[in-house]
Amino acid sequence: METVIDIQRLSKSFGNHEVLKDIHFSVNKGEVVCIIGSSGSGKSTLLRCVNLLEKPSGGKIIYNGENILDDKHDIHAYRRRLGMVFQQFNLFNNHNVLGNCVVGQMKVLKRSREEAEKVALKYLKVVGMDRFVNAKPRQLSGGQKQRVAIARALSMEPDVLLFDEPTSALDPEMVGEVLKVMKELAETGLTMLIVTHEMEFAKEVSDRVVFMDKGVIAEEGSPDQIFNHPTGERTREFLKRTLREI
Amino acid sequence: MDLSFEWIIKIIETNWPMFLRGAGVTLLIALIGTIFGALIGLLAGIIRTIPIPERGAKRGFLKFINIILSIYIEFFRGTPMIVQAMVIFYGSAAAFGWQMNPIIAGVVIVAINTGAYMAEIVRGGIISVDAGQYEAAQAIGMNHVQTMTHVVMPQVIRNILPATGNQFIINIKDTAVLSVISVTELFFQTKTVAGNNFRYFEAFFIVCIIYFILTYAVTLILRYFERKLDGPDNYTVVGSHAQMDAGEHKGIGQ
Repeated sequence: METVIDIQRLSKSFGNHEVLKDIHFSVNKGEVVCIIGSSGSGKSTLLRCVNLLEKPSGGKIIYNGENILDDKHDIHAYRRRLGMVFQQFNLFNNHNVLGNCVVGQMKVLKRSREEAEKVALKYLKVVGMDRFVNAKPRQLSGGQKQRVAIARALSMEPDVLLFDEPTSALDPEMVGEVLKVMKELAETGLTMLIVTHEMEFAKEVSDRVVFMDKGVIAEEGSPDQIFNHPTGERTREFLKRTLREI
Repeated sequence: MDLSFEWIIKIIETNWPMFLRGAGVTLLIALIGTIFGALIGLLAGIIRTIPIPERGAKRGFLKFINIILSIYIEFFRGTPMIVQAMVIFYGSAAAFGWQMNPIIAGVVIVAINTGAYMAEIVRGGIISVDAGQYEAAQAIGMNHVQTMTHVVMPQVIRNILPATGNQFIINIKDTAVLSVISVTELFFQTKTVAGNNFRYFEAFFIVCIIYFILTYAVTLILRYFERKLDGPDNYTVVGSHAQMDAGEHKGIGQ
């Protein structure tokens, strides 16, 4: 299987607090990987390190055979190959729905407005928001905003799509509409790396599940392995706690 | 002829061209001064929020510029405009032998003064834009300049518009101090009119109303622009059976 991103010995500290320790981890083409773990385990930090919103303190991130943490590497060129969906949606407040999906394509990918709008509409249709092109972010519900955010990321046609707890800021009745879109995307063979608290969802869509605990990857394997036959003591404890809550 | 009211009518009848010219000069100086001041403020505010690199020559250069900007802002915010007017007008004459046109000198003083205030307003406007907006722009692959021009600054400009209007109104009133360097603005004209007629209350009562009309008109115009900029509160759903479909979509996945 072709590796898209290969992370080696990655570490991250905030001051003297070591959030990530010696992380080895890779994402293969077409794979859906879910990162689970309790709050503060470092899973969001890991995701943010992958697209360099946080600067790793040490280690390597290999993409297309090159270490993108080299000083000379063009960060912006790398980032445009990754899509990111945030917990808080972060739609551009000064653009309407269409503008959100178009501005990156035009300014970063240098596509013409005509082409950008065509691509944007295609992906807005995928998430079921194509009829809301004129709406401003403040006029949308949380679930609608998140679906637009997914369309915005898809419009850049990235190699990998990163999700940072995409449903954590949503009202319970809106979680379903976002997860449904994500499930459909997973089935199209898109490479996805998802930090989530939705265990049922992780079980269902992942090819691989990564369990993080205290800044390290404590266990990694197929969903069946992690959810039904966990080997680690901490994995078992975590699953007992979270699955009971559901 | 001793009744104030009759004097007011008489003064308006005979001196209206002077009031009009004074109002024109006041508006001109306030408008151009505010526009240039806002531009200075935008530039200074943007420079002051550029993230300082950890090392390299750019770091030293940026720090140096920031110190210069701090001195500028603190100095012009910390001294009265009437004093600045005297220092700049008579100072430039004494030091360089310039005989500045008073109106140009007035515009320069108002612009520099407004710039110092606007720099802080803009900096506040930039800081108040949610960090998520920067992150989303960066995550899409935008560099700092693209992030600022296409995402952050449009929001900053919308957010600082009320403060800029405020500054414009302050400038309309504060141009009165420029009479000390013989700028023929509204206050200066009124002093002349009052002196010619020996009628101080009446002349200044008239100018009081004129100032209020100017500032209130500006307030209304700015409100209109703000509403224009915000766009309509409603949006149209594209396609047939729009309303019904919009309702359906909210229900996806339930």
